[in-house]
Amino acid sequence: MVPASFFCGTEMAENRFTGTSTYVATDDLMLAVNAAVTLQRPILIKGEPGTGKTQLAMEVAGALGKPLYEWHIKSTTKAQQGLYEYDAVARLRDSQLGDDRVHNIANYIQHGKIWEAFESDEQPVLLIDEIDKADIEFPNDLLQELDRMEFYVYETKQLIAAKYRPIIVITSNNEKELPDAFLRRCFFHYIKFPDQDTMAKIVDVHFPKLKKDLLSEALNAFFKVREVPGLKKKPSTSELLDWIKLLLAEDIPAEALRAEDNRKAIPPLYGALLKNEQDVHLFERLVFLDRRAGQQ
Amino acid sequence: MLIPFFYMLREGGMKTSITELLTLLEAMKLGVAGTSVDDFYYLARAALVKDESQLDRFDRIFAAYFKGIEDSFEDLFQDVPEEWLRHQAELMLSEEERAQIEALGGFEELMKALRERLEEQDDRHEGGSKWIGTAGTSPFGAYGFNPEGVRMGQQGSRNRSAVKVWDRREYRNLDDSIELGTRNIKVALRRLRKFAREGAADQLDLDDTIDKTARNAGLLDIRMVPERHNAVKVLLCLDIGGSMDDHVRVCEELFSAASSEFKHLEYLYFHNFIYESLWKDNRRRHAERVSTLDISHKYGADYKLIFVGDATMSPYEIVYAGGSIEHWNEEPGAVWIKRLLNTYNKAIWLNPEPKERWDYTPSVKLTREIMDERMFPLTISGLDEGIKALH
Repeated sequence: MVPASFFCGTEMAENRFTGTSTYVATDDLMLAVNAAVTLQRPILIKGEPGTGKTQLAMEVAGALGKPLYEWHIKSTTKAQQGLYEYDAVARLRDSQLGDDRVHNIANYIQHGKIWEAFESDEQPVLLIDEIDKADIEFPNDLLQELDRMEFYVYETKQLIAAKYRPIIVITSNNEKELPDAFLRRCFFHYIKFPDQDTMAKIVDVHFPKLKKDLLSEALNAFFKVREVPGLKKKPSTSELLDWIKLLLAEDIPAEALRAEDNRKAIPPLYGALLKNEQDVHLFERLVFLDRRAGQQ
Repeated sequence: MLIPFFYMLREGGMKTSITELLTLLEAMKLGVAGTSVDDFYYLARAALVKDESQLDRFDRIFAAYFKGIEDSFEDLFQDVPEEWLRHQAELMLSEEERAQIEALGGFEELMKALRERLEEQDDRHEGGSKWIGTAGTSPFGAYGFNPEGVRMGQQGSRNRSAVKVWDRREYRNLDDSIELGTRNIKVALRRLRKFAREGAADQLDLDDTIDKTARNAGLLDIRMVPERHNAVKVLLCLDIGGSMDDHVRVCEELFSAASSEFKHLEYLYFHNFIYESLWKDNRRRHAERVSTLDISHKYGADYKLIFVGDATMSPYEIVYAGGSIEHWNEEPGAVWIKRLLNTYNKAIWLNPEPKERWDYTPSVKLTREIMDERMFPLTISGLDEGIKALH
């Protein structure tokens, strides 16, 4: 066993993330975030779509009162674009036009998100969203930059080092495996799908005035839909929140969601929960079968 | 201090590195985790595990290490299902003994007693062995019910009042559940693409020319690149209908990934095995057929040939003339497939059936021989191997 004395650190972190009024963070998530903040290492967040991965960075920035820089990754994004880009074409044009700016190459260096974060006057939060969308080599190209928090601009021969090491939050949807060397440098947290209690807290944070009975009926119906076997995309937290928003807008009473009715009726506005055409068909078929079985 | 734990993780098959261990120690020194063991568990998990499929394994090793259980690692990778246990017990018991068990309140009662005994043992040895003993006084021993070597760790802990976080094993479902989705297949297929850019630099590279010219302060600097031709050409032959119905989804995924990945993709369908003709449109399979000979004439030898099928059929369908179940074939399927293989020396067979089952089906064995063992399971790793074989 590890003696308890070992856990008592000498320094305590000044920044601690404990969730916010709009974001419910579980204990393990908070600890992972705080570890990353304290050790100034990136944190990699994975989880089902719609469990609040991207939201986390915004909430961390909000809770700790730090500026947020968002870098959204696309399939065509190159690692270099996060650092800077040299706009050679603009310079060529300016040289043809005899513009004076052409003599200073720095005029054609466009700063990327990482550069911006490095130059921030206070410790920023940098979100690298959906890193798995980019090319397989993308994370490897950023190893040095994220490790040392500095990079070299060849065109102007200057070294850009972070004034304050940013808190880096990286999200991934698991579309590609990330390289080991990259993973070793990060903390990792997998946001698992919340259980009913946590889910109730999450809904409460978003809809504080929601009636108790409507909430519990909605959650029951929601988890029931999630249990339907063979769904291609199970509804997640963000779909639940959308659905409740709709239920409130349409003023649907809790009785309409009552569990006993569920055998016979499709939950109202279920289009908000199921986004896939095949899933909707499957669900309708199952409800139809259920209904027939109920009549017999 | 955590070094034995670290080695235990590595022995347990996790790829934890020294860097990660040092990170964990540093975080502990800085006091990230408070004084609770739960916090320590969360911190260790965040620092040492980098893949959700490893979380369950980590939980088990963590539980084993911090409870001081002598856990045998071969057992870490499997749970003992209750069904099996029940079966095993029934096998071991004689009629007479079974009657005695019935007298004791039936099998359910016995299992309950067994669990209780298990807990007792746990306590007595202070979290030591969870193995069931063979002591003469034990009712289990007396009845000859001696499942030696059966580890029941998780069953035992399920009955505990206070289950530890890592004992809940919430990530069980994520272990090895990586499905063969379209994306994964695309990533695997992408490896075929890499070899497509070769040859002499004979094409103007517009972007690079502009770039270099600009850097040259306006003096034209022409850059050339090899022609970008995605030279990979793929001929995909899919088995359809019959026993393949079970694998429709995975084949759909493979097909959709392949059709967006390769520009030169030709696909054809067959049923069970290759004979003198195949078809392109499954709805008009009887009306519009393509002769197998035409295929090898039409598509050059630089095509890579991929068969997808379970190769599960009667061996007659492969080796005998007239063996086909759909029509009278003048020549056996083996002859036709060999003709194709003569033209296309880069060929593989992807089999959606699990590899363990292959040996039980003679037709799979036959097909493997014909394919020179170039048969691979239709999983990501199988696909990877297959792509390697295509190079």
